[in-house]
Amino acid sequence: MGITSHHITETAGRNSALKFDVDRIRKDFPALDQTVHGKPLVYLDNAATSQKPLAVIEAEERFYRRDCSNIHRGVHELSERATKAYEDARVTAQRFLNARDSSEVIFVRGATEAINLVASSFGRKNVGPGDEILITAMEHHSNIVPWQILCEEKGAKLLAAPINDHGELLFDEYVKLLGPRTRLVSVVHVSNVLGTINPVQEIIQAAHRRNIPVLLDGAQAAPHVKVDVRELDCEFYTFSGHKLYGPTGVGVLYGKAEMLGAMPPYQGGGDMISSVTFEKTLYNSLPYKFEAGTSNIAGGIGLGAAINYVNRIGIENIAAYEDELLTYATESLSNISGLRIIGTAEKKAGAISFVMEGIHPHDAGTILDQEGIAVRTGHHCAQPLMERFKIPATTRASLAFYNTKREIDALAAGIQKVKELLG
Amino acid sequence: MPDLRGLYQEVILDHSKKPRNYRVLEGADHQAEGYNPLCGDRVTLYVRLENDRISDVSFQGCGCAISTSSASLLTETLKGKTISEADALFDKFHALVTGQRNGNLEEDSSMGKLAVFSGVAEFPVRVKCATLAWHTLRSALKGEERTVTTE
Repeated sequence: MGITSHHITETAGRNSALKFDVDRIRKDFPALDQTVHGKPLVYLDNAATSQKPLAVIEAEERFYRRDCSNIHRGVHELSERATKAYEDARVTAQRFLNARDSSEVIFVRGATEAINLVASSFGRKNVGPGDEILITAMEHHSNIVPWQILCEEKGAKLLAAPINDHGELLFDEYVKLLGPRTRLVSVVHVSNVLGTINPVQEIIQAAHRRNIPVLLDGAQAAPHVKVDVRELDCEFYTFSGHKLYGPTGVGVLYGKAEMLGAMPPYQGGGDMISSVTFEKTLYNSLPYKFEAGTSNIAGGIGLGAAINYVNRIGIENIAAYEDELLTYATESLSNISGLRIIGTAEKKAGAISFVMEGIHPHDAGTILDQEGIAVRTGHHCAQPLMERFKIPATTRASLAFYNTKREIDALAAGIQKVKELLG
Repeated sequence: MPDLRGLYQEVILDHSKKPRNYRVLEGADHQAEGYNPLCGDRVTLYVRLENDRISDVSFQGCGCAISTSSASLLTETLKGKTISEADALFDKFHALVTGQRNGNLEEDSSMGKLAVFSGVAEFPVRVKCATLAWHTLRSALKGEERTVTTE
């Protein structure tokens, strides 16, 4: 009897959806508790930015109220406190990604700056005329434009691996595009428009068979799926803090130590040097070589608090709950006539994009806003992808673990209202 | 609370579903392209002038209900107007959709059907949708080559 009941408890414990108390979690996010146009806020724009838990808001506040000081060179108490909190956050980020060493974690402004850093530093050193950078057809502008700038400067070529009508990478086509001139593969882990989870393990392995390094844009992945950079074995991984319940203006570039070590600095200035004379500057060690100037200290500390918060819930629990919610939303929206979901990959996370017959997303967005429902409409910084699907824009609902089935029902009812008004 | 029916009035819905003068204009002597990067709306305006009078005007493009109906009603309203009349009308239209209108709308008959856009003033993010075609027209008449954007 005792054994049986123990077993049941364990099973229930492992089943994340059962023990996930979303109502309690929602209380941690003050912004969720408000009305918009007289209706309870339904926040479904998490892929743009997520709301912040009290733990993050309070961590930033604590820094500004008590520990505000510049880091690294101060001998006084406040500077020591600030330095410790900031470097603790780096270790938190390191463990979150399962990186080997905290010196492989560079704090940047966000995923966009991380990709620009790699394009500028790794790219300038390793990419020459006739070389190739390989991306996919589902990239965000932030994983297109930095490479275009680099390719234009170097006379290199930017290639994009195609996708199918479900929004899945055509893997064989991707492999065919890996060639002797490919200097880097830079691929989105989870698409911000389609929600597609790319087969990144296979993508990396195929590139590595040709000794090509790989960067993963994890801006939409880190909040939703477990990331283990050592298991993935990618050379670079990036994510933004503000999509992971952290503050804006801070994010992470992970790079393998041997890659980062061989790369020239990205920006020059204070903190990134070990000694400066007018003749010669010796650069600081990792990660500081890539962190010129005073960092976003409060942001870094806030990001650490966000990761700790996510860890307390458990990324696997988050992934399981969100998957259930996404399935529910997909079924619910699929039942609406005249609505077509853009992005029907087998493996998805986070986002659900759709178009409606005869109704422009911008009009849908305005009407949903009047219902208190926050969604994003437009091209989502992925114009080549819109072109691939021959649509000017989509409406996108993007999920977080604090969203509920009730909110999905509100979205479905809101869409019916859109149809009544405009259909 | 802003009024959705005030924004999406029947005339606006009608023109967005059945845009008037939606075609390439044969013999157009002025043309310009407008783009609203916020929502991806694109519009191309074609104008034929006789002296300084708009003898014909048409458009093509894709966009939301507000921008499409605005372009459609623009073409209906401006046919036969002089350039300076069109300019004055744009100023009034702009004041209307940004909520800076002075005086009584009913007394100002020159606005005609354009008055249906008064609801836009309650939705500030949609002002760009309503004015895209008008900015594009101004660019076409000035003979500017580059694409007009609302950003």
